[in-house]
Amino acid sequence: MRLRLVPTTTNIDFFKLQYATFGASLFAVIATFVLVATMGLNFGIDFRGGTSIRTESTQVVDVGVYREALTTLNLGDVTISEVFDPAFRPDQHVALVRIQAQDGFEAVTPEAITAIEAALRSVDPAITFPSVESVGPKVSSELIWSALFAVIAGALGILIYVWARFEWQFAVGTVAALLHDVIVTVGVFSLFQLKFDLTIVAALLTILGYSVNDTVVIFDRLRENLAKYKTMPLREMMNLTANETLSRTIMTASTTLIALTVLLILGGDVIRGFVFAMFFGVIVGTYSTLYVAKNIVLMLGLDRSEKPRGGAKGEFANIDA
Amino acid sequence: MLFTPLWKRLLIWAVVALGIMGAVPNLFYTQVERHNDALSAMEAGAVLTPEQEADLGLWPGVLPSAVVNLGLDLRGGAHLLAEVQVTDVYKARMDALWPQVRDALRELRAEVGDIKKLQSIEGVLRVSIEKPEGMPAALAAVQALSEPVVTLTGVGQSTLDIRADGQQIVIQLSEAERSATDGRTLDQTLEIVRRRVDEVGTREPTIQRQGTDRVLIQVPGIGSAAELKELIGRTAKLTFNRVIDRTNDAGIPVAADQALLPSTDEEGIYYLVETAAVVSGEQLVDSQPSFDQDNQPAVSFRFDPAGAQAFGDYTAANEKQFFAIVLDDEVISAPRINEYIPGGSGIISGNFTSEEAMRLAILLRSGALPAELTFLEERTIGPELGQDSIDAGQRAAIVGMICVVAFMIACYGWFGAMASVALAINIALMFALLSVIGATLTLPGIAGIVLTMGMAVDANVLIYERIREELRAGSEARKAIAQGFDRAFSAIMDSNVTALITAAIMFYIGSGPVRGFAVTLAIGIITSMFTAVYVTRIIIETWMSLRRPKTIEV
Repeated sequence: MRLRLVPTTTNIDFFKLQYATFGASLFAVIATFVLVATMGLNFGIDFRGGTSIRTESTQVVDVGVYREALTTLNLGDVTISEVFDPAFRPDQHVALVRIQAQDGFEAVTPEAITAIEAALRSVDPAITFPSVESVGPKVSSELIWSALFAVIAGALGILIYVWARFEWQFAVGTVAALLHDVIVTVGVFSLFQLKFDLTIVAALLTILGYSVNDTVVIFDRLRENLAKYKTMPLREMMNLTANETLSRTIMTASTTLIALTVLLILGGDVIRGFVFAMFFGVIVGTYSTLYVAKNIVLMLGLDRSEKPRGGAKGEFANIDA
Repeated sequence: MLFTPLWKRLLIWAVVALGIMGAVPNLFYTQVERHNDALSAMEAGAVLTPEQEADLGLWPGVLPSAVVNLGLDLRGGAHLLAEVQVTDVYKARMDALWPQVRDALRELRAEVGDIKKLQSIEGVLRVSIEKPEGMPAALAAVQALSEPVVTLTGVGQSTLDIRADGQQIVIQLSEAERSATDGRTLDQTLEIVRRRVDEVGTREPTIQRQGTDRVLIQVPGIGSAAELKELIGRTAKLTFNRVIDRTNDAGIPVAADQALLPSTDEEGIYYLVETAAVVSGEQLVDSQPSFDQDNQPAVSFRFDPAGAQAFGDYTAANEKQFFAIVLDDEVISAPRINEYIPGGSGIISGNFTSEEAMRLAILLRSGALPAELTFLEERTIGPELGQDSIDAGQRAAIVGMICVVAFMIACYGWFGAMASVALAINIALMFALLSVIGATLTLPGIAGIVLTMGMAVDANVLIYERIREELRAGSEARKAIAQGFDRAFSAIMDSNVTALITAAIMFYIGSGPVRGFAVTLAIGIITSMFTAVYVTRIIIETWMSLRRPKTIEV
């Protein structure tokens, strides 16, 4: 007996709650802007500049003691957080110490790092420093822009490709859906003040790729159906298409989420933020495929008068044997 | 009965076989790595130690031996991004130019009157002259110090940008010369950094130019970024010394004011030199590959005025004698003084190939860093953290694989198992490609591989769902499979091309670990398309032709 996540034939009306779902998406996007404007993002040193030191010790981490040891050094804003991971040995205690960028220096001076390490060693002789990373303000501001540019360039590239392969309405729908996914993911990072660094941007770009992948599969089917059922109302046809591909949408999301769950648990704390962003993005991406992209195409409407419809533009359909 | 022509099936199996062969060395990572190290040492001409001989035998030479590079976050090491202060060089050039300008204008004293160097911003030389009517003559005299720029783009331009500003002459490097100088400064910096880093003999350091004025330095296995900075920042000591004797006896007596130094390029040859240097590297302004009077490759050099004076006096007194060019206590060359060398410039000729001349010129210039380095970014990753990350990644990959396979079998039964074989082949192909192109595997890259496991089955899912539909529509088994593969192709293509677009953008814009992730993702997309569309298909077809099932359940 096969495991069936989705019944063989479904007949879900994805537009039944279109105002509620679309409203929720719109709300989430606006809420993200409000959150980012008010609470901001918890930028890692990649984007804010500063120094991040990972400490490891056989003794239990006491954040207060660490903080006290560092106050005398006058380093400005110091954040200390303990790190937990199921893969750690019982006597492995890890913390992250983050220090703001120091005025007048592009990167932290070796003297400052030596002083910090000495101060921490004085409260915990068993401490080691598995990683020390320092980014100057000059590079960090460039990194912010290049990250933003990367996401915009990615969206633009997809817009052009989908436009070339389908109709412009599909391109707009796809890009709206994937921007929705990226923005809402950023919103979650802002809401929970999760560390936002360069790897999160890579995760956002992957979400972009996943979300578009998901959407394009449905649009591809929709294009096929448009040629097949010339007179069926658009709304009905979209529901038919989404139901036909629903099994695949859920299957792919499931396998991807299985892989990501394993990574989330076993992949180690260094990439946990990165994996979490993707995990969340896949869920939002699946939702937006079903509830955002199509709705926008429906709102924009399709010009179905002309005949060999969309597909004629360099389609692969005639590969059929 | 088969759907795919024989030649195509053979081709697909050949690619799969090559992929598996290419991936195998990664299973024996340390062995292969030691074998490769010993091999490259041998190729470099070194005599192998017994230990290296043993390493060589760790891996059969006939098998492929390319393995993936592990990124800094997995191997541990130091990463530095430095900005070269190229304007330092403009200043040095202008400072060196002033005496020449002064001398040239003094000859015109009658026309221009008294001259004075004025305060100015760095890299700009401002000279005031007493008599404004002498300006044209003064400009012409300074112009004579300017030389044509020798670059492809700077044709027709000269090195100096000279203009009159009231009673002042304003001199600075021209645009073309600045960019030519920047290029040279960067090359010099890279060469010096490379030499310094090579000294510690670590494996595969990355020393790259980034943009117009930045240098990226990644050294695996080094203790910390601070250590690396110290190593790079150390000044190279270059001196020109009098040669007393040339010998192959390392035990000859050495007086108090002498030193016995080994030769860099002549094995077993030593030079006995005077410790007191005639001139030192700080006094060298420039050094370029050029040709001597016999049109043989040579190296030209130029000293600053003080160095020129000292060098001129020395050559006048020591014609036909040898002098040694000593870099960090090694004699890199010991040319003979053919005649008195006035003006502080000269040519070193020897049995150079043009490549050697180029190298020597760089070495001479690379005495000390030409400009200060400002470090914009530095990262140290300890080897233990890297090992922890590898372990975590491996665990996640194995468990992820098992879970995905179990899920696929639960949902698609026998067909899920066949897709899982294709998935395993996909992972092998990914490792083979990563190894062959010499890509660097980073921690996000490992995540990319695990993610690919989840996403790679997408194409299979698309195909299987399509086959199910065809079966429901009443197609006979073989036709349903063929239709499923063909109909799903357009969707697979579209979705993968868009994913490739994002990977390409990540590669071009991202840096470090993000780039590593982009490469892994892109390779994963390509190999998964291949395995899902072609490999799964021939596996299914082979099974069909062997078992000839009347009906199938997908």
